[in-house]
Amino acid sequence: MNQYKARLFISFSMMILLLLLVGFFQSWALCLTIVNLCLISAIMALGVNIQWGYAGLFNVGIMGFAALGGMSVVLISKNSVPEALQAGGLKMFIALFILAATVAAAVYLHKKFQRKSLVILTILIGYFITRYFYSDASQSIESVNPALTGYLGGLGLPVLFSWIAGGFLAAAAAWLIGKITLGLRTDYLAIATLGISEIILAVIKNEDWMVRGVKNVTSIPRPVPYEIDLQQTAWFQDMIAKFYSKSLDILPVADQAAALKDYISEASILMVKLSYTGLFTSVLLLLIILATLALNSPWGRMIRAIRDNETAASAMGKDITKRHLQIFVIGSAIVGVAGAMLVTYDGQFTPGSYIPLRFTFLIWVMVIVGGSGNNLGSVIGGFVIWFLWIMAEPVGFWLADLSTSFLNSENFFRQHLLEHAQYIRLIFMGLVLLLVMRFSPDGILPETNKKL
Amino acid sequence: MAYLSGENITAAYDYSVPILNDCSVEVNKGELAVIVGPNGAGKSTVMKVLLGMLKQSKGSVMLEGKDISKLSVQKRITLGLAFVPQTDNVFPTMTVEENLEMGAFLRTDDISKTMEEVYELFPILYERSNQLVGQLSGGQRQQAAFGRAMMTKPTVMLLDEPTAGVSPIVMDEIFGNILRLKKSGRAVLMVEQNAKQALTIADKGYVLVSGSNEHTGTGKELIADPVVRKSFLGG
Amino acid sequence: MPWFTDILNAVVLMCNFMIVPALSYGSQLALGALAVTLVYSVLRFANFAQGDTMAFATVVTILSTWVLQNSGISFGFMPTAILAMPIAVIACLAYVLLIDKFVYEYYRNQNSKPITIVMASVGVMFITGGIVRFVLGPSHQIFSDGARFIITTREFKEMTGLSEGLAIKTSQFLTVTIAIMLVGFVFYFLQKTKTGKAMRAYSDNENLALLSGIDPAKVVRVTWILVAVLTTIAGVLYGLDKGFMAISYHQLLLPTFAAVIVGGIGSPIGAIVGGFVISFSELTMTYAYKKFLIYLLPEALEPSGLVQFLSTEYKFAISFVILVIVLLLRPTGIFKGKVI
Repeated sequence: MNQYKARLFISFSMMILLLLLVGFFQSWALCLTIVNLCLISAIMALGVNIQWGYAGLFNVGIMGFAALGGMSVVLISKNSVPEALQAGGLKMFIALFILAATVAAAVYLHKKFQRKSLVILTILIGYFITRYFYSDASQSIESVNPALTGYLGGLGLPVLFSWIAGGFLAAAAAWLIGKITLGLRTDYLAIATLGISEIILAVIKNEDWMVRGVKNVTSIPRPVPYEIDLQQTAWFQDMIAKFYSKSLDILPVADQAAALKDYISEASILMVKLSYTGLFTSVLLLLIILATLALNSPWGRMIRAIRDNETAASAMGKDITKRHLQIFVIGSAIVGVAGAMLVTYDGQFTPGSYIPLRFTFLIWVMVIVGGSGNNLGSVIGGFVIWFLWIMAEPVGFWLADLSTSFLNSENFFRQHLLEHAQYIRLIFMGLVLLLVMRFSPDGILPETNKKL
Repeated sequence: MAYLSGENITAAYDYSVPILNDCSVEVNKGELAVIVGPNGAGKSTVMKVLLGMLKQSKGSVMLEGKDISKLSVQKRITLGLAFVPQTDNVFPTMTVEENLEMGAFLRTDDISKTMEEVYELFPILYERSNQLVGQLSGGQRQQAAFGRAMMTKPTVMLLDEPTAGVSPIVMDEIFGNILRLKKSGRAVLMVEQNAKQALTIADKGYVLVSGSNEHTGTGKELIADPVVRKSFLGG
Repeated sequence: MPWFTDILNAVVLMCNFMIVPALSYGSQLALGALAVTLVYSVLRFANFAQGDTMAFATVVTILSTWVLQNSGISFGFMPTAILAMPIAVIACLAYVLLIDKFVYEYYRNQNSKPITIVMASVGVMFITGGIVRFVLGPSHQIFSDGARFIITTREFKEMTGLSEGLAIKTSQFLTVTIAIMLVGFVFYFLQKTKTGKAMRAYSDNENLALLSGIDPAKVVRVTWILVAVLTTIAGVLYGLDKGFMAISYHQLLLPTFAAVIVGGIGSPIGAIVGGFVISFSELTMTYAYKKFLIYLLPEALEPSGLVQFLSTEYKFAISFVILVIVLLLRPTGIFKGKVI
């Protein structure tokens, strides 16, 4: 246990030291950006850790759940587009309603009568009615000012609500997948999550009426003040003036106003980032506290008992599939929240940026490197891996440049290497995953309560 | 000197308490020896040691007077030992004939003669030779398992609880088959839960308790022994 | 008899845009699915690296093709890539054996849970994807040469006098022929040869296989050889047909898994059937039936829209929906695979 505490202390202080170094030698704005993305990564890793570390559920579709969270930001925080709503809102609503009704009816009929022909007929009829309303509606919505809107818009609510909504959206998708695949082979869940995440992305990219597809949604409202507003706020100006009073005093009076203005604009950028850091940290802390409480509750003990010996647990009358479903839904919801936070932080929703490598794979490396089953492990994993990921790109270029510097700059090999250097870090991360899995399966912070 | 014998064997799994303590068994050609005893007495462990799946810490395994204690499982199989495990003793998605072929996997000579012998001994297998073993009945499947083991032309057959979990009728059928195996001149050593029936047909019986020989004798002697009757055969 | 020509035209149209493409795509899927099912039944894990390994083998083929083309070697009307394929098979085999040695062997010896090995295969998937993109980049590459068509629409029209044509690309013809030969060979190997039977025995009952003297290391090796051959050929045929792009190979994973599960995990014949089930469903659902219906329906009933069930962007959804239906209604698949 003491050794564990030492590991905990060393790993976190090393990480803080590294981030401080970035702050001192590069810039504090960059440092805070890295910290904020580390925090979001840590939350995603926490969600995945709950699935894998607590229950051994392998989710290969993290990307999809994160994208659902991102989508919810648009749906919640953007203002609605009245023209579009007028043009096709009602028809789209009818289409969605009929779609939902068809699915419900099909499930009901299947359970009640077990007649396949009846179910197929229902689905076919439902499909054609939906299709009739849908194609009309989507066309009219998308033709409303396509360059700027061309979608229904959102609810115009404060953006923070979307974090919760993102969690619910991801949870709903997870429930569906879990309901179908849990209880069968363990790898079916992996395959199904892979599938659903590709489908979610395909829907987001192609259904322009919903969130504009690949046309992206920009200028998403912020939960924190804008830099420009801060710069004009009196208390902020006073605070900065006070903070820098010493260095301002030594300047000639004529230059003081200009220097203060620089300080203020610089500080406003940091202030905004810091506010995000505060928000993200509170979410992370809240989730960790909840997760730790849950894990040490009777429910958590049951979960771990199931993971360690499914046969024994099921012989004791525990409903394993149901527990697994709960965990899968909770973990995915957390990923959804993190996905929403990411889009909020970026201020834009760009479906094209969702690639499995960045979302699914990197998060997995975080969980495994951090230590599966340990919540603080996911946090440190999230920080370390995101930091490495950011730093590996320049290092990769530098290595490619250095190793071929003896070659002529028009040399094919050198050019190729420099052009493709970005993929080196992909190979590197894969190696990290495999090496940690093999030689240090406990990760940086091993699970503390492995033995019941 | 017996054909196959395990002499004064002590053995343990992974540094734990020994399962077998100075235990000895032997069987001759044309003879059926049965090992009975309560659960956890180490009956199946004897088989594993004889076969080389578990190394003994003391004692030796002798075949025809030669010490084979140091040989690998596969080497012992080529020397004439054959083993039929208690469960999962066939390849269910392969045909009867393919099961027999797999039994003879290590042989490089002509196997058709041996296959004929097996079919002669178990005619039902000949009828079903192109059927998947997974589709056979419990008793037929056990015959296929015996047949597969016979394909190496073994001189000794080790059977691990061949009647575990089968109905009484099938049990009689299996015991009949075991007697046929014995009559064909092989040495048969089996571990059995159904002690009474097994000892009735056995030439030699061993009652194992906590890894040691508690009682030894011919099957008839053991059944007649009041102590054995009381403790192990249910009166 | 104009109504008769209409029907003929409709049939030809259907063949040209649906049946021929579905046959060739189905064959490509079937080969990949066969490789996945072999790994599944012998090594007992779902190989997520399949798509990217296919891409790896195809990259080697493309590079070798370029070398061959530069040295002036060609293969007549056949694509040069066919000549390059043996090199790629060897490279792919070396790669998978290396991966097996350094990654999977350890977990096999540890008797790890299947899901741990699946995860390792996800690691391998990303490394392989990285290598592929590092070597050839993420862009679209076309490497087919030789004659593009066995028969063009124009030739067909002249031959038959119909207004619809049927074109058969060389790549499609090659795909189906090679797939039939390869599948025939794999089945012969598994059913009739001693090594093939040993593989099936090992897949059926590992312990008994050991007791029978079957060498597990050899079984594993032979499995990877088959996998390398199937993977390379599937990858090259897919690339000749549709061009090479790293991401589309990666995305073949979902339809491939769907094919395996639909057919029944661990069942080779199931993998083949599954491949065609997926390819035909994909094409029937994304084909626009407008023209087909125009031929068959009286003028009054002619459709105004495209008459397409789903747009092609949603073809993953089709694999996925089929997967879900199978899991809900018959988790063992068509040919009763291993479920638990």
